[in-house]
Amino acid sequence: MAMRLYSVAVYLFLYVPIGIIVLFSFNSGRHASSFEGLSVKWYGKALSNPFVLEALTTSLIIALSAALLSSLMGTAAALALQRIRGPLRAMFDGLIYVAIMIPGIVIGIATLIALVTVFDLLNPVLGALWPADAAPPKLSLGYASVIAAHTLFTMSLVIVLIRARIAGMDRALIEASEDLYASPWRTFLQITLPQLFPAILAGFLLSFTFSFDDFIISFFVAGPNTTLPIYVFSSIRRGITPEVNAIGTMVLGASLTLLIIAQVLLRRREGR
Amino acid sequence: MELNVSMINSDKSGSPDIQFDQVTKRYGDVVALDNVSLSVERGEFFSFLGPSGCGKTTSLRLIAGFEQPTQGNVQIGGVSVIGVPPHRRPVNMVFQHYALFPHMNVSDNIGYGLRQRSPKPPKSETYRQVDELLEMVQMSGYGKRRIWELSGGQQQRVALARALINKPTVLLLDEPLAALDRKLRRDMQIELQTLQRDVGITFILVTHDQEEALSMSDRICIMREGCVVQMGSPRDLYDQPSNLYVADFVGKSNFITGSVTNINGRYVTVEDANGRTFVGAPSASASGFSVGVAASIAIRPELIVVSSHNSCAVDMATDVALNGRIKNRIFLGEHTEYLIETDGLGDILVLSPKHIESKRGAFEPGEAVALGWKNAAALALEDS
Ligand SMILES: Nc1ncnc2c1ncn2[C@@H]1O[C@H](COP(=O)(O)OP(=O)(O)OP(=O)(O)O)[C@@H](O)[C@H]1O
Ligand SMILES: [Mg+2]
Repeated sequence: MAMRLYSVAVYLFLYVPIGIIVLFSFNSGRHASSFEGLSVKWYGKALSNPFVLEALTTSLIIALSAALLSSLMGTAAALALQRIRGPLRAMFDGLIYVAIMIPGIVIGIATLIALVTVFDLLNPVLGALWPADAAPPKLSLGYASVIAAHTLFTMSLVIVLIRARIAGMDRALIEASEDLYASPWRTFLQITLPQLFPAILAGFLLSFTFSFDDFIISFFVAGPNTTLPIYVFSSIRRGITPEVNAIGTMVLGASLTLLIIAQVLLRRREGR
Repeated sequence: MELNVSMINSDKSGSPDIQFDQVTKRYGDVVALDNVSLSVERGEFFSFLGPSGCGKTTSLRLIAGFEQPTQGNVQIGGVSVIGVPPHRRPVNMVFQHYALFPHMNVSDNIGYGLRQRSPKPPKSETYRQVDELLEMVQMSGYGKRRIWELSGGQQQRVALARALINKPTVLLLDEPLAALDRKLRRDMQIELQTLQRDVGITFILVTHDQEEALSMSDRICIMREGCVVQMGSPRDLYDQPSNLYVADFVGKSNFITGSVTNINGRYVTVEDANGRTFVGAPSASASGFSVGVAASIAIRPELIVVSSHNSCAVDMATDVALNGRIKNRIFLGEHTEYLIETDGLGDILVLSPKHIESKRGAFEPGEAVALGWKNAAALALEDS
């Protein structure tokens, strides 16, 4: 009985705040303290706020790029890892899991320090190499650094997903294809890739969601760019408005949808 | 036959389709094939038969090109295929679990082999050939079905059609019927046999079902632990097994074990543990007996005659006469199978044809009977 009460409490603690955000995003009143009636006007407000739109665009660009890169590179890495055996493979497997378990804040700080150090080393070199009459380009934090940091993290998720799919794949399918005169490359295109496709798509969606929702890593390495989570964080410092609730609800809705799609893709058996 | 230009040219007429020269295949410490030599003639229905793990699949995979021999040479159509990858070998395979492509429908699965050719045949030609094959395996109208909407037998047919569309010189079949129920398996065995005669392609079948091998093959290769034990027609293997292992594996037999006490021209005499002697003709493919070595006398159940105890054993005109009691009876339709408990020789299996049964009436369990056989019906076998 005590256990049950305890777990109910845990769930309440987890989900009530989220429920309140969703509920109050539909509040017609200005104040979070009292619910004055249903309305979607804050959604309109949020979506017409140029700062919100800019942050949203930034977030979308970053999330799309990171998801694209990590699903491509993750797939390639998973396929390559499939071919090596022994201690080297064990080492890579270990590193991948470590990459997933490292807290975001560590990745954030580490990437920030690494990038800044590299930039400090390279910028004088670039300046010296550049012709004197033009201003030398200056490496700095920005889109590229966030995309790189997100790709780094999400790629390991993609690798794990695809490795699982490859392991579950019937090796005989590839042999059957080769037996029917398909060259190794055509076998890859016609058999391996379609078999892996649901996992690749799921990896893409998970990476997108992760990157889109991420605050910690972006906060460290985004430089002057404002992603949506960073925007929400900074506007909260000026007080919680129903507009922020509306943004939160939209992000929540989008993320859940993508996660559910990814789950469905991963559950589906062989190409069904 | 119009194959890929890159396909190995294997049309030296007169040479056997498949030839193994002293092929050995090792996986680490495991010797899967041990110095195997054999050849399969053009148009032959050839079977590898043996218990699990004896190297049957390994043999097929060496032909298909999924494995390379550790030692020895594999030839297809007179040309060595060492180092030739699977997609350049003019053989196709029906996989044990079919390995149909789950993301393609039935037609696309069957047409897959055609689409890999260069130049790719026109779409209409591919459709035409796919339809032809669908008809051949009696699956017309199933082209648009998804793979998982098919029954096991239907999947088996699709796998067969897919492997046949490129008109390979050799078709490899790895226990293609193992997953089917008994009745369907029987039907498919007949279909496969008919098909093989119609298309005239060499079939190489792997099976551990001796009935299947006996009923379908022109020639059977019996294997044990990576070695060839005996190769020959079903008749040869059944009538002239080279040793106890083959006799035991092919068909049913009664065995009396002992050691050789006498050899004269046509017969070998074996004395069992109780000091009784039995005589048998040495199998034509046996390598030779000497006095004192362990040997067995084998008698096929259908060569033993049974009569009621009180009728005179002499009128059966047998060389060996025994008394026994019916222990078990199984009606098999055309035959009745009796297990008869004898004094001194343990249980003996007897197969009695229906026409004799109907004259005399079947024996009841518990009934005392006389049984015996002629020495000419008994085979003397080495213990392997
Ligand atoms: N890839 C492999 N790696 C290691 N050992 C293998 C491999 N493939 C087969 N073997 C071994 O080689 C031997 C022969 O295997 P094979 O698959 O040819 O047997 P089989 O006659 O087809 O048996 P079954 O009737 O069970 O299919 C077995 O001992 C098996 O364990
Ligand atoms: Mg096998």
